[in-house]
Amino acid sequence: MDEHESNSEPDAPNTFEVTRRTVIETGATALLLTTLPRAALAAGAIDDNEPLPPPVKVELQINGQPHSLTLDPRTTLLDALREHLALTGSKKGCDHGQCGACTVLIDGRRINSCLTLAAMHDGHAITTIEGLAWGDDLHPLQTAFVEHDGFQCGYCTSGQICSAVGMLAESQQGMPSYVTDDLTQPAAELTDAEIRERMSGNICRCAAYPNIVAAIKQAAGMPT
Amino acid sequence: MKAFTYQRADSVTQAATAATKPGAKIIAGGTNLLDLMKLQVETPSQLIDINRLPLDKIEETPEGGLRIGTMVRNSDLAADPRVRQRYGVLSRALLAGASAQLRNKATTGGNLLQRTRCYYFYDVTKPCNKRSPGSGCAALAGFNRIHAILGASDHCIATHPSDMAVAMRALDAKVETVNRQGETTVIPIAKFHRLPGNTPEIETSLKPGEIITAVTLPPPPPGVQVYRKVRDRASYAFALVSVAAIVDSTRGRIRSARLAFGGLAHKPWRVEQAEQRLANASANTASFNAAANAVLEGARGFGGNDFKLPLTRRTLHSVMAETTRT
Repeated sequence: MDEHESNSEPDAPNTFEVTRRTVIETGATALLLTTLPRAALAAGAIDDNEPLPPPVKVELQINGQPHSLTLDPRTTLLDALREHLALTGSKKGCDHGQCGACTVLIDGRRINSCLTLAAMHDGHAITTIEGLAWGDDLHPLQTAFVEHDGFQCGYCTSGQICSAVGMLAESQQGMPSYVTDDLTQPAAELTDAEIRERMSGNICRCAAYPNIVAAIKQAAGMPT
Repeated sequence: MKAFTYQRADSVTQAATAATKPGAKIIAGGTNLLDLMKLQVETPSQLIDINRLPLDKIEETPEGGLRIGTMVRNSDLAADPRVRQRYGVLSRALLAGASAQLRNKATTGGNLLQRTRCYYFYDVTKPCNKRSPGSGCAALAGFNRIHAILGASDHCIATHPSDMAVAMRALDAKVETVNRQGETTVIPIAKFHRLPGNTPEIETSLKPGEIITAVTLPPPPPGVQVYRKVRDRASYAFALVSVAAIVDSTRGRIRSARLAFGGLAHKPWRVEQAEQRLANASANTASFNAAANAVLEGARGFGGNDFKLPLTRRTLHSVMAETTRT
């Protein structure tokens, strides 16, 4: 019998006493946690006893490189990038589609990679922050964020930049926003109000918003 | 997240057949379903992915309306030139919802089927008749600022969070479905969402295995179309009160008005009597008040959401003033 459960036995040590076994067990648990694949932790606790469903095979084209993965069906695209491919540029902020830190581009369109399963994107072309620069030549938005100090802590920045890439493409395609005055006109002018509305899915807790807007305007070739 | 098997559907009837199994769920955009699965509010044992089905077209109907495939993304529907020209209220409502990233993923059918954002529905440690039938409603005496003032019951005071559905209600859209036998059913949007009653877990008139394939819009009614959303932030927040309005008027005389409200009930809220009070009336405070009285007939606050009664009235006044200005 485990000595921690043996309160009824007169010789049993106090439940709250730290025994050598407690220390060893705690150590073993810690060791187990550190040696588990990080992906297993990211998938969340498994609290049922049913056998795991079969894994899914997924082919992803990430930043021009093909990747073959065999994944637990629960794996989100964000966890596939971060935990299976070590592409940690895409950040996990809220993990519920509220902060935008995980924004990536799928076939050129921005989405929250935390709210989609990797399995749903078999065969898709994905661009992450790691895929925007050409070698040492930064993407114009990356340069603009540096020049305009579009961040403080930097945690939201990769999501902000990927989102801005998608946003400028949407704007060029003439897609409207909630603040577009006349929806019947094909293209809306990209004002500060338009940029702020179109970027509202990316939260910056350091509140670098004025500089983010300035960086986006520079990258769009507008006066800043 | 609970473990599940993942399957990609090859056809609508195959998806419908698979979806009749207990524990099976259809996944389209997934932006609401995966959010809820991470919190174990939703715990499907099987996901059927319909993203590859060819249901993503917007087509003209012979009657002069539009047929919107269920997989059309919210951003594509909002940006479609025909929608922007003829159904501005729908485009504006879509653009008022969520963020650009979410709209790029979220689908037409999925938007209709999204679940409430009631805090207690999301918190699995709290009673909720919608999540766990018979467990009670923590919102009744809890934080209920975002909750319903119309059509609620002692079992549930949740609201439907969609902006798109409110505009579709004003437009008298129809929801097209297919079952596993391949039979098509057309459900008027007024009958699609249900009031909570004593079964708040049943939110729509869909039967098990019945899949939304399209939403059809009749030809646009005459008049100015406006979507007004009142919320806590200027962007990226759910409606406290919203109004989809289609108002036909000249020189202060209203010919016809349609008003559908969001944020007030378990479904988009539209009151025929309110619209009758506006039809052939002068556009003034008296007629707007008469309409507001009809909308708020039977309305009741639960403490935190009492403010929604005057806010609904004021929003109606403001929208009617805007749409009857010329």
